[in-house]
Amino acid sequence: MANHLALAAQDLRLDVNWLDYTVLALYFVTVLGIGLAARRAIRTSLDFFLSGRSLPAWITGLAFLSANLGATEILGMAANGVQYGVATVHYYWIGAVPAMVFLGVVMMPFYYRSKVHSVPDFLRKRFNGQTQLLNAITFAVAQILIAGINLYALALVMGALLGWPLMLSIVVSAAIVLAYVVLGGLSSAIYNEVMQFFVILAGLIPITVLGLIKVGGFSGLADKVKSSSLGEPGLHAWANTGSADANPLGAHWIGIVLGLGFVLSFGYWTTNFAEVQRGLSARNTRAARLTPIIAAYPKLVIPAVTVIPGLVALVLFNDLGKPGGPQYNEAIPLLMGDLLPNGVLGIAVTGLLASFMAGMAANISGFNTVFTYDIWKSHVKKDKPDEYYLRLGRLATVAGVVLGVGTALIASGFSNIMNYLQTLFSFFNAPLFATFIIGLFWKRMTAWAGFWGLLTGTIAAFATYILFKVGVIDFGTELNATFWGAGTAFVVDAIVSVAVTLLTTPKPESELRGLVYGLSDASIADDTVKGDTAWFRSPIVLGTGALILAAALYIPFI
Amino acid sequence: MSDETGRKRVARLFDIRRIIGGLFLLYGVILTVAGLLDGQSAVDKAEGVRINLWTGVAMIVTGAVFLIWERLRPLDTPAPTEDPDPTD
Repeated sequence: MANHLALAAQDLRLDVNWLDYTVLALYFVTVLGIGLAARRAIRTSLDFFLSGRSLPAWITGLAFLSANLGATEILGMAANGVQYGVATVHYYWIGAVPAMVFLGVVMMPFYYRSKVHSVPDFLRKRFNGQTQLLNAITFAVAQILIAGINLYALALVMGALLGWPLMLSIVVSAAIVLAYVVLGGLSSAIYNEVMQFFVILAGLIPITVLGLIKVGGFSGLADKVKSSSLGEPGLHAWANTGSADANPLGAHWIGIVLGLGFVLSFGYWTTNFAEVQRGLSARNTRAARLTPIIAAYPKLVIPAVTVIPGLVALVLFNDLGKPGGPQYNEAIPLLMGDLLPNGVLGIAVTGLLASFMAGMAANISGFNTVFTYDIWKSHVKKDKPDEYYLRLGRLATVAGVVLGVGTALIASGFSNIMNYLQTLFSFFNAPLFATFIIGLFWKRMTAWAGFWGLLTGTIAAFATYILFKVGVIDFGTELNATFWGAGTAFVVDAIVSVAVTLLTTPKPESELRGLVYGLSDASIADDTVKGDTAWFRSPIVLGTGALILAAALYIPFI
Repeated sequence: MSDETGRKRVARLFDIRRIIGGLFLLYGVILTVAGLLDGQSAVDKAEGVRINLWTGVAMIVTGAVFLIWERLRPLDTPAPTEDPDPTD
């Protein structure tokens, strides 16, 4: 038994045949076909997801969830499942749902009603051009780094599929993504995003079911996890978090609640451009507010198809994550190779490939939008004809993909890509969240406080990470370091923002209408449509329901 | 054909539910056939479960639900607002 498993673990090459390639080909024909047709049929007025602000909440909610649920997330959370066990559910139940509800209930009206086109644009309105520029630059850098993660992950799957060396896979994958973004454009990119979500689920559910059968159901899985390297603590989310040393996460519960649950999670969900943009395309304020809340419900049950396969991989492949063995990231591909026959295997491979491409396409388009509008147009060359910016955007796309190849090599140095991703979030999102939250609720906060708070917060997160890396501060695990990095960035940003505010003059109230809590803009018309007032469409009711469910789901795993 | 009806027709054609529904039906049929023809080795690999067949049937049902949903509740697309989003 152990011998067979060791063999399976070393040979990641998936045994694909014509049936799987047919499934894969059908998918890309569909996506490119939509892209080409959409390009001809929908010229300006009806770009489904972005323009017109015409979409009902269920579509934007779906797009919101899909934008987050890429393959990085899937592979990364399964990797966390192997490394940390059941505690991985924190990323969903405390680390996502409360922030999604908060975005919908509190923050979305400000974004939606101020009619901004991006998060940096909002910062320009609330603070000043310098804050916009600073955020646009850090965002652009973050997108390129995350594009590298997606590219690396894509290459990992391609390598598994075709047996190519990593570097070749990275370059070929980058070329495919470039062709696909240029050919299909943004509209097919977003269609692909929603489609990959369903296809990847269709691949993950069979893996989960077969995996559970193989290890003897839930009780068999629990028994085997107990005797694995994680042991009993691998089955609990909160037990043993009174001390950072006694649980697989290596985190104290205060770190989990404040670092992950508050700063990291709120920072990601409430200020991430790709996410917020989905809400901006909704048809009215109500639909925009419901967008993240509707997405929160499926998010609650996603761990069933990520954490469970992770635990199955933990007990099936005993050299996973050990020196010489496969990396944690390979948990899902390993299970695919071990359990899925041709056919379903094709679905799972298609879901993974499509999802990395969608992820990278989203990063690249986020990068070129912010680069073109928030950096170049706002700060370098202001009054050029539209074609100039269009051409610039295309060049930025090519440059973004080329830079992504470089950052893919950085990503390949991390055994668990989710940790790398969380590290990046702690640099960029945590300080941004502090600036946002203070700026929203404290109308006195000045323009320069926005700038200096953001700058020092980001530097503080970097500094914390570097001190951890060179061994000056010991946080135990990489994961715990990201919690503390995020917390430090948040606190530093907040202190500097308050200090600078007290030394500078605030903006006049007339410029802050509609951007700050309590200063409503009377000129904005009520945009509710028929049926919006039904109680089951209330953001507060639905949001509270999601929070209660999140708490209830913890009960069996305390 | 007026601009308005043309726009509506295009909008229906590109309704994401139709696309997902159609793709899932197609995949479902392919997997169901593959599942029926699967040899013993494919069944053994999947722990004795005819997983292609089951997944295929589930995908057909999912696809059908999407198509029926689209049929029953077509997307009403109000005319786009006058200021186009600067990001497109």
